[in-house]
Amino acid sequence: MANLNINIGKLQLKNPVLTASGTFGYGTEYSDFMDISRIGGIIVKGTTLRDRQGNPYPRMAETPSGMLNAVGLQNKGVDYFIENIYPTVKDVDTNIIVNVSGSTIEDYIITAEKLNDLDRIPGIELNISCPNVKEGGMAFGTSCISAAEVVKRVRRAYKNDLMVKLSPNVTDISEIARAVEAEGADSVSLINTLLGMAIDSEKRRPILSTITGGLSGPAVKPIALRMVWQVAQAVKIPVIGLGGIMNAADAIEFILAGASGIQIGTANFIDPTVSIKVIDGINDYLDRHGFKSITDIIGALE
Amino acid sequence: MKKFMLDLIVKKNETLNNQYSLLILTSPEKLPEMLPGQFVEVRVDNSPSTFLRRPISINYVDYEKNELWLLIQIVGDGTRKMCELKEGEVLNLLIPLGNSFSLPENKAAKLLLVGGGVGIAPLLFMGSYLKERGYSCSFLLGGRSKDNLLQLCEFERFGDVYTTTEDGSHGERGFVTQHSLLNGSNFDLIYTCGPTPMMKAVASYATKTGTNCEVSLENTMACGIGSCLCCVTDTTEGHLCVCTEGPVFNITKLKWQI
Repeated sequence: MANLNINIGKLQLKNPVLTASGTFGYGTEYSDFMDISRIGGIIVKGTTLRDRQGNPYPRMAETPSGMLNAVGLQNKGVDYFIENIYPTVKDVDTNIIVNVSGSTIEDYIITAEKLNDLDRIPGIELNISCPNVKEGGMAFGTSCISAAEVVKRVRRAYKNDLMVKLSPNVTDISEIARAVEAEGADSVSLINTLLGMAIDSEKRRPILSTITGGLSGPAVKPIALRMVWQVAQAVKIPVIGLGGIMNAADAIEFILAGASGIQIGTANFIDPTVSIKVIDGINDYLDRHGFKSITDIIGALE
Repeated sequence: MKKFMLDLIVKKNETLNNQYSLLILTSPEKLPEMLPGQFVEVRVDNSPSTFLRRPISINYVDYEKNELWLLIQIVGDGTRKMCELKEGEVLNLLIPLGNSFSLPENKAAKLLLVGGGVGIAPLLFMGSYLKERGYSCSFLLGGRSKDNLLQLCEFERFGDVYTTTEDGSHGERGFVTQHSLLNGSNFDLIYTCGPTPMMKAVASYATKTGTNCEVSLENTMACGIGSCLCCVTDTTEGHLCVCTEGPVFNITKLKWQI
């Protein structure tokens, strides 16, 4: 039994496996299928200052080895989360991290401030990379200046762990990573979805109501892996890798590329228990190769 | 209701015609309790173009024989692979998912179940469920031609069956909403499942006649358990997930233009 404990920024995780925002609800949706407290961390659905209805249906298109989504941050707002959802998740023995998004910098700050004093929320994931909203979201994460500005302002307002989720829809993701590191991010997570499109040729129409959406799943894995490798070399803060991880072997590839932790997203839709299988698979890998700790293989690409 | 991820065994795969198969699944363990209107999410293996699970209505449950029936229409490669499954092969399911049709308080209520195409699937289970509980119901089933009218003998076990076909090859010619049964009959509750234009026509009939009506939606979905928020429908309470708040909705809750 290898040691899977890992500290990422201010977070102390029992293992490096987290579930990605928007793919695991609030965690409790999955408790019929498994013991969700075994997961290293659960990043809950993107939360905004006010209630959002999200985009019209259709919001999803299946694509080769993946899917496009255009949910558009549907959620009931941060106050609803604090009053109604937090009490149902606070006793789950894992790190519950809230993904925070906004249309303006002020939205991000107020939302983060409201989460500051929740004892059982050790950190937030700042979403400056959602491709499915008209205002804010990815707009903040695609330039170094705006990414730095929002992180700087939220950092002043939020005392706990600040993970910043980066967009792959940029020319050089390392520059953005360095910009948010300089403003006090505790870690960066990447990649959010890649902007894509699907068309129904019979109807001669786009499939998604929003025309474009975010691509996820194994189709994006090689791109995600390359970006994680680049960013891990560009910054000193820890990197959390995600993008198309379907099994333990995929997860280990990201860790070897330099990720201290990984997130599982789309795979949860195919196998609700996949995160547990990845945790067990990482442990088996470490035992099989004679490593004592997960820290032995972070960035250990030969 | 507790949800499970189960490997079920194909007991029989009966080809109904070139478009439809009836998949009868079983398990060495007792099947979980299921309700009519609920569905399962099927993982399709060996189909590279099928990445996500496929939501399939529960067609019928025989607790004595420990059988779960799924009626499959071949739409793409995923459903084709399901129709090619051999006896003894294993299918991975998330089960049971979603809400169910509601039961009227009055056992003497006049109930009509209207189905079209593969949308008849959940109505068979609902018919059996109603009969077991002392209700009586009628079925009105429609299809393009008689090849699209499935399981008629099964439906007859649970109530009167009326049919329409667009080409007149079985029952009355036309759409279900043009059937003479609907002229003059008063139903207390209509349950419907089928193509959206058909369900909207049924909902429109129900609205005009002041009849209570529940529809079963089949929006495209990913997770099936309310986490991805992809399958939403617009309702009087905002966007709701069809997979958890549905698939069954009362038409008064939907923002349908009818």
